[in-house]
Amino acid sequence: MGLLSKKDAKLITDPLADNNPITIQVLGICSALAITAELEAAIVMSVSVLFVLGIGNVVISLMRNIIPSKIRIIVQLIVVAALVIIVDQMLKAFAYDLSKTLSVFVGLIITNCIIMGRFEAFALGNKPWQSFLDGVGNALGYGVILIIVAFFRELLGAGTLLGYKVLGDPIEKSGVYAFGYENNGFMIMPPMALIVVGLIIWVQRSRNKALIED
Amino acid sequence: MSKRTDSNGYTLLFAIGMVLVVGSLLAFTASSLKGRIDANKKIERQQNILYAMGVNDNEGGSLAFVEKSKVQSEFSKYIKKQLVIEGSKVSEDNKAYLIDVKKQQTSAKAGNIRKLPLFVGEKDGKAFYIAPIRGKGLWDAIWGFVAMDKNMVVQGVFFDHKGETAGLGANIKQRYFMDDFAGEDLMNNGSFKGITVAKGNNDPKNEEKNDNEVDAIAGATITGDGVSAMLKSELRQYVPYFKTLK
Repeated sequence: MGLLSKKDAKLITDPLADNNPITIQVLGICSALAITAELEAAIVMSVSVLFVLGIGNVVISLMRNIIPSKIRIIVQLIVVAALVIIVDQMLKAFAYDLSKTLSVFVGLIITNCIIMGRFEAFALGNKPWQSFLDGVGNALGYGVILIIVAFFRELLGAGTLLGYKVLGDPIEKSGVYAFGYENNGFMIMPPMALIVVGLIIWVQRSRNKALIED
Repeated sequence: MSKRTDSNGYTLLFAIGMVLVVGSLLAFTASSLKGRIDANKKIERQQNILYAMGVNDNEGGSLAFVEKSKVQSEFSKYIKKQLVIEGSKVSEDNKAYLIDVKKQQTSAKAGNIRKLPLFVGEKDGKAFYIAPIRGKGLWDAIWGFVAMDKNMVVQGVFFDHKGETAGLGANIKQRYFMDDFAGEDLMNNGSFKGITVAKGNNDPKNEEKNDNEVDAIAGATITGDGVSAMLKSELRQYVPYFKTLK
């Protein structure tokens, strides 16, 4: 990578696999559970988190030498909440339709523990550019898992992908439904999100023994 | 961390400064964008009302409102009258679509007479009576517009929500759910019964239109119950007015 030094590149690639925020750090599980019944929602949420975490990490990093340590958590919370609300208001004014889609996620973004976790663990002790890369990397790592989980939940639970009926029509009995296939309604229930995340963790750890703890 | 940022005085000053900066930033954003946001909300309401009576850009299974630029003219073309029903008094008000249903519900609870807006539309020689409704879903508010004919048979609906679960309760604003309501009768043998979002329905294609039931969404029981309750409690209040139409 010519653009990034080896160390900087690791900030992006690490959270995608060996230090993934969901499967390894086990952060952000609540939103992985809430919004992975549909692929579209998962993608929207991933992009939003990418945006907020990237910018938030830079803001916190710029302020890292002046934030009093006693109230740093509250300061982090205010930064992320203010950021999300300003973006939300902007969208309501200039891209109303988009804001309708996103409004559900506003609360979930503010309370997403990955965001607070990265502020606390990385941005408070690192320079803005590295913090930005760390934010982007972690948001991508989060997004990848979200999209994988949503892909399986929507496909097996509703027989659709991004709303398109890829498996045929369950009521008209066309496509695979003609052979007696049925949607698994349990897939769109929240517990299945945890089970799918569990399966991903299992696969990941069995492929990389270094991740297994004693 | 340096010593300087650990002192109580600095912490206090920082907190005050932060509150002032963030507070004024948010206040500035909110007040400078308010005009635009309100205008967008007005357009949305007109789009929703028109959607319920079948004036929309739907194609196939997709959901599309009348274009933003055309809303104003389409609204005045199709909506013939905007009524406000207060008890037995009915008056016309061309700003009735801006009446805040939530505020009216609260004031009705306090014992006041509720202002019930009703929009009378006409399309292809057919009259539509469109009522706004509002209720509670699983997480937050749900609301919508119901277009009826003069016998309180539903002609079309539009539902929306603030924060129902994506993929489950949020699907009340999907075509496959809303389209089921068209043709359903709110009355049963001359008395008001509403429409129940029913689980374990033997009629998933919803061909039976007189059973006061539509098929529920799997995994969205509480949102569905909220829709049933909202239809019942809100539309019941319009029954006296519809009786006068006969």
